[in-house]
Amino acid sequence: MSAIFLIGNFFTIAFLYLILQAQLLAVLQIVVYTGAIMVLVVFVIMLLNLGDEKKLTERFDIKKVLGVILVFGFLLEMLYLFGISEETRVYAGLNPKAVAVGTVESMGKAMFSTYLFPFEITGLLLLASIVGAVVLAKRRL
Amino acid sequence: MQWFWPRDDSKYYTTITKSIPLHYYLGLSAVLFAIGVAGVLTRRNAIVVFMCIELMLNSVNLTFVAFASFMGDISGHVLVFFVMAVAAAEATVGLAIVIALFRNRQTVNIDEINILKW
Repeated sequence: MSAIFLIGNFFTIAFLYLILQAQLLAVLQIVVYTGAIMVLVVFVIMLLNLGDEKKLTERFDIKKVLGVILVFGFLLEMLYLFGISEETRVYAGLNPKAVAVGTVESMGKAMFSTYLFPFEITGLLLLASIVGAVVLAKRRL
Repeated sequence: MQWFWPRDDSKYYTTITKSIPLHYYLGLSAVLFAIGVAGVLTRRNAIVVFMCIELMLNSVNLTFVAFASFMGDISGHVLVFFVMAVAAAEATVGLAIVIALFRNRQTVNIDEINILKW
């Protein structure tokens, strides 16, 4: 069930990207994150065929509670920093250029001129990850 | 696509003056990040831990896109593109590791995968 809710979360973040006028990223979020990564996760859940998690000795683990308390403290600190900082008051509304910035055209221009080297390296990284995944999941090398 | 036809997109949209303020987006991404961290620390199923890592990556993506839209800079969007590509690569390899682990130990409970412990 967690995977279904995470898919819903990714759809929500895609709609938030649309509100922020980031059109290409909204569609990429749905296609890449929801359509590829979560489909992979759901396939793995189906293949592993786990069944229900056994809750027989659900001890009251003090370490988990301590971890959640520390994370809550971290969250309070982040919210304090975001409330105090200058940028959240300087940037009051969406930049008028935001609609032109979020299109495919401007991202294509930036990707192939300024950010060309990371683009090619990302292709190499994806190739390495595909080869690695195939080798790791083979039954008999 | 200026060579295709002379386009004047500015008559299809108006400039935006009022929007959701920036600190709401930052607060939402902080909350999502904290939920992801709490999930990674608390849950015992390896696949759920992996999904919480993806949640953390998404919260950081949201921060980048919010700042990029509020500043009018393209760098945020480009960086989010690369973070998405890296997340896809890491998803592939991570889930292959989980499958190989399940094949050897018949469990994805991370408490029981402790061969390296002393």
